[in-house]
Amino acid sequence: MAAYIVKRVLQIVLTLFVFLTIVFFLVNAQPGDISRLYALDPNLPPETRAQMQELFGVNEPLWKQYLVHLKNTVTGDLGVSFSLYPRTVADVIKERLPRTLVLFLTATVVSFYLGFGLGKIIAWRRGGWVEYTSTLGGVTLYTVFTPWFGLMMIWLFAFKAGWFPIGKFLDPVVWQDAPSDANSIFNLMLATAVILSVIVFGVFLVTSKRRLGMARLLQVGSIGVSVLIVVGVWLSSGVGYLAWDIVKHMVLPIATLTLISFAGTMLLTRNSMLEVIREDYVLAARAKGLPEKAVRDRHVARNALLPVVTSFVFSLAFAIDGGVIIESIFSWPGMGQTLVAATVSEDLPLAVGTFVFVGLFVLLAHLAADILYAYLDPRVRY
Amino acid sequence: MVVDTGPVSDAPSLWRVRLGLAARSLKQNWSLFLQTRIGILGLVIICFYMLLALAHPILMNTVWDERTYDPVIGFAFDETEQPAPPSLSHPLGTDPLGRDILSQLMFSARSEFLLGLLAAVVTVCIGTMVGATAAYFGGLVDMLLMRLADIMIMMPGISILIVLSALMEVGHLELALLIGILSGFGGTGVVLKSQALSVVVKPYIEAARTSGGGTLHIILVHVVPNLLPLSFLYMMFTVTSAIFSEAVLSFLGLLDVRMSWGLMIHTTESAGYLLQVGEYWWLIFPASLSITLLCSSFYLLGRSLDEVVNPRLRRI
Repeated sequence: MAAYIVKRVLQIVLTLFVFLTIVFFLVNAQPGDISRLYALDPNLPPETRAQMQELFGVNEPLWKQYLVHLKNTVTGDLGVSFSLYPRTVADVIKERLPRTLVLFLTATVVSFYLGFGLGKIIAWRRGGWVEYTSTLGGVTLYTVFTPWFGLMMIWLFAFKAGWFPIGKFLDPVVWQDAPSDANSIFNLMLATAVILSVIVFGVFLVTSKRRLGMARLLQVGSIGVSVLIVVGVWLSSGVGYLAWDIVKHMVLPIATLTLISFAGTMLLTRNSMLEVIREDYVLAARAKGLPEKAVRDRHVARNALLPVVTSFVFSLAFAIDGGVIIESIFSWPGMGQTLVAATVSEDLPLAVGTFVFVGLFVLLAHLAADILYAYLDPRVRY
Repeated sequence: MVVDTGPVSDAPSLWRVRLGLAARSLKQNWSLFLQTRIGILGLVIICFYMLLALAHPILMNTVWDERTYDPVIGFAFDETEQPAPPSLSHPLGTDPLGRDILSQLMFSARSEFLLGLLAAVVTVCIGTMVGATAAYFGGLVDMLLMRLADIMIMMPGISILIVLSALMEVGHLELALLIGILSGFGGTGVVLKSQALSVVVKPYIEAARTSGGGTLHIILVHVVPNLLPLSFLYMMFTVTSAIFSEAVLSFLGLLDVRMSWGLMIHTTESAGYLLQVGEYWWLIFPASLSITLLCSSFYLLGRSLDEVVNPRLRRI
């Protein structure tokens, strides 16, 4: 197992190196350099332009620039953003990465559970109207034109019904006299979420060996208590209303992202289930007289889970991509929206920096999924 | 040495046998396809949009006046204010710049089909060759191609297209090529390779090799044809992702195209009608629904072909 992980990590590092190289040469395949932006400005003397070229190091030979690029990326020095001058790219990313992470991790986890649960059910009722409607609905959600779908969600639930705010990260009116800034509140919220999920995970780990009825009771009880405690602490902290404002802004994007990404898991679970159903041990389980639900959940779904976890890898990349669109539609200031905005305003350092980080993030997600897969399936040992 | 030329006279009958076999398997697959129902729905939608695309040049040359109905530079002089609601002369109304929505919709349908087809063909050509070569040679070639595939799969598709569109002019042709390369060397190549692995161990490959068949000959004549059903399936999925990517990029205003469904929504957005869904529905729904419908119909078609091609998914 350890050898496998080490091998995988080495592969990922190599891939990252290739990725950085590709990004560098893509950017440098363009004619001219950054100083070209000012080339037509008559107020700019040629000496200044030369100075600028020296400052950005674009007069150096290409291989030297490439080495500097590698060194800078590894040390986290991604340059200065043009459009958000004088903030550095690293600073912008540090602020926006957590926002994307929250949005996208929540949506991925929820949609995974939703998709797996629904996929189980529709595979079991093959040929009925349940299968046709859910397949049709699933495919429509999976292939729906995301900007339009996000727009419809905004229009229905924010514009017409008025339940949620229209896009953005927070409501400036609420924050006018706020005692602390948005980033620190958001980081606190993040910490809360992490603690809560650790508790939930721990509870499931402890109760998984218990009898079924007992385990359910313990799970629901302890999770309920910890949620209550968290809500209580936030309410008494005095900044609870600020956190609530951010949460309100989060609901709609997360719901949209979940809806568009659960269908893929659902359809895949169905196919995977249909392949497992034919195995002999399923027949044996039925012959033993086990109830249908036990056959479905314990014998078929458990084994059908493996390909679904593999595709989790693909759905991670898909969710980040979906995140780009969703963030732009909801004006959610995350990595995706930053990428689009930087691209549209030709802010190359920021665009490249964001892109490198998105790539890095996908790579790490792949690594995590690989390790998870090796852990879930003892047959996998490369 | 003179070889008996007997088989030559048999050649036409051999072809007949092959044709007969092909026709029989087609018939069998067609009846399997009919059972899936969702595939038929997809096919119907695709045919509908194909008719729309074909009808546009005919309408432009007969009924529609070019100055009024041109999808890019036309202007509806017969309407007093733009965007005009649907009327008899403009069944889907006009956009904020006074252009006929139906004409734009039909004109774009053609380029969406061309884009999807081109992307799918490029993907499948690359993917099939990558899969067949990697499986046939194995070893170093396999490793290099599969590591390359890893990188391609890890590339966040829409993001890389966004960055590329900032660096160069991306039109329909470039987009189709980019999608083809990304998916052909990436996911599609990997899937086709796993299929090719089961082909290259078949006895007839060994037989072809012992009877002196060259590498290229074996790959092209014996391996690739056996990958075609699966390749065809992946063509459908590529069409979906190509149309979707095009729509998203042109919606963000990053593509260098004259007219497309995504661009129609971009126009609506930049003119500020995006949240007036109720009052100006014809600015948003026709284009968005078309994108969604065409994407899902190709996806549905792909899924039902999957049930035909993949015996494990068939009903017992």
